[in-house]
Amino acid sequence: MQASGIDRNRSKLNRYSWMGVYLLCLLGIMLALYLATIQIDYVWRWNILPKYFYNQTQITITAKSEGTVASISTEKDAAVIILKTTDGETEKYKVPGTDVWVAEGDTIYPGDTLGAYKEWRAGLLTQGLYLTLKVSLYSIIFGIIIGMIGGVARISTNPAAKWAAMTYVELIRGSPLLVQIFIWYFVLATLINELLKKYSIPEISAVWYGIAALACFTGAYVTEIVRAGIQSIHRGQIEAARSLGMTGFQALRHIILPQAMRRILPPLAGQFISLIKDSSLLGIIAVRELTKATREGITASLQPYEFWFTCALLYLVLTFTLSMFVQYLERRMATQ
Amino acid sequence: MIEVRNVYKTFYVPHRVEALVDVSLDVAAGEVVVVIGPSGSGKSTLLRCLNHLETANKGHILIDGIDILDPKTNINKIRAEVGMVFQSFNLFPHKTVLDNITLAQMVVRKRKKEEATSKAMALLKKVGIDDKANVFPDQLSGGQQQRVAIARALAMDPKVMLFDEPTSALDPEMIGEVLDVMKALAKEGMTMVVVTHEMGFAREVADRVIFMDAGRIVEVGPPEHFFTNPTHDRTKLFLSQIL
Ligand SMILES: Nc1ncnc2c1ncn2[C@@H]1O[C@H](COP(=O)(O)OP(=O)(O)O)[C@@H](O)[C@H]1O
Ligand SMILES: [Mg+2]
Repeated sequence: MQASGIDRNRSKLNRYSWMGVYLLCLLGIMLALYLATIQIDYVWRWNILPKYFYNQTQITITAKSEGTVASISTEKDAAVIILKTTDGETEKYKVPGTDVWVAEGDTIYPGDTLGAYKEWRAGLLTQGLYLTLKVSLYSIIFGIIIGMIGGVARISTNPAAKWAAMTYVELIRGSPLLVQIFIWYFVLATLINELLKKYSIPEISAVWYGIAALACFTGAYVTEIVRAGIQSIHRGQIEAARSLGMTGFQALRHIILPQAMRRILPPLAGQFISLIKDSSLLGIIAVRELTKATREGITASLQPYEFWFTCALLYLVLTFTLSMFVQYLERRMATQ
Repeated sequence: MIEVRNVYKTFYVPHRVEALVDVSLDVAAGEVVVVIGPSGSGKSTLLRCLNHLETANKGHILIDGIDILDPKTNINKIRAEVGMVFQSFNLFPHKTVLDNITLAQMVVRKRKKEEATSKAMALLKKVGIDDKANVFPDQLSGGQQQRVAIARALAMDPKVMLFDEPTSALDPEMIGEVLDVMKALAKEGMTMVVVTHEMGFAREVADRVIFMDAGRIVEVGPPEHFFTNPTHDRTKLFLSQIL
């Protein structure tokens, strides 16, 4: 940021020494925390974390029936084991890699391990992060759709549309998100799933009820943001459009919304950042998003400090990326 | 072309104002009518009633024989025939000058892009700013913006043009360029209703001048009448203030 004329000029030395003070404060806090945890004998084990992001597991291939190993050959990057069963049939097993546990002529019983290979798997935290991303993304998309419709309905002269939008906004904004999630999961989900069962349609999973709760919650706030954005456009714009013969809808689409978009974007970004953070509540309805995954990781590893800090950092990465993206959009719209 | 019969318009918010009281007025095709009057006398309201940006409470307004106060009338169709130029230009800031002029041609008149563009370029040439077709409105001076606004209205091939104090927001040196465009338009035979205090313009092109006060039409006559022997005291007072 450029120093403006109303502030005094700082010398370079002055600026750098205050930056130093800032860094010292930061380091001081971290050191104090570390020393405090040492006093209660907490052992920091950052090295256990990587496997909760990505880990290698051994997968074994077992025989299905009794027989003898007829041949072992290699095919590309895998070993192929041909098994002659006692029933006189042949079975073919593929073991990626070279880790074969049997030899030609061996007698095999069902369940015997023929070979094994290692596979990289996404760990608990990666899965949680992915689910948080997925839930947030869907909720944002549905929230935008609901909010656009709601915002336009809110300023419509049609009483039904206007009152419906107002009721929706007031209902959603007037109760805690946690309660709304419970209503979606314990009331609506049971109701809907029972009905689906009755007509033998597959049930909908908890994730989607969670997404619905978040989307409806966000949609109400987006409705108000869109309404304010539209109303912030000068009356002369709609009058000019209408005086050219455009319908209300045409004026909205070509004149009002494109201009309102620029003003809507910053508060919208704030709303979506809240949404990402609020998705952490979905853990209580058995959706294994980042926060729930973190808690499970702690139960398994008994290292809460590392996990909670990592969890917070991962949320920060998500929200920071989103706010950077929105800033980019804003700049692009400004230069358009 | 325009028939206004005993029109009343009262605003109730924020407080009761009788903006138009028993206003009647006929404008023939090709006629240029200049409306003058003190601030708050109802000039803008009259103009805005003519293309239904305000709804008159009582009376009849006929444009080209069609009653625009009839709920069955398709008002968007009428508005496309009635061009309006605002004091504050009201160009679309997110569109280039060219797009400002082509947009309504395409969405309202359903013209093809090429047709709309060539029409827009011809009009920009006519108002003398065809070199600015691809810039955004905020890069233009006030006078240039107002000329674009006129071109935008003309692109719809209107039968009538309404001007609401088109030069009041302009720096003095830019007033002339806008008035010149309007004079040319008047000479081509466009039907025009112009709210303005530019008496030079009125003297040169107006067929009739209307003086309004407190929502009523007080005095009507050819421009010379107002310069030589206005009858009403209110008119004399007003003219002494602006001339
Ligand atoms: N939308 C409105 N709501 C309330 N009052 C209005 C509105 N538009 C105009 N008025 C009032 O109507 C009167 C006439 O206004 P207007 O037609 O704008 O006058 P003029 O253009 O001659 O200055 C004024 O007293 C003004 O305050
Ligand atoms: Mg006015």
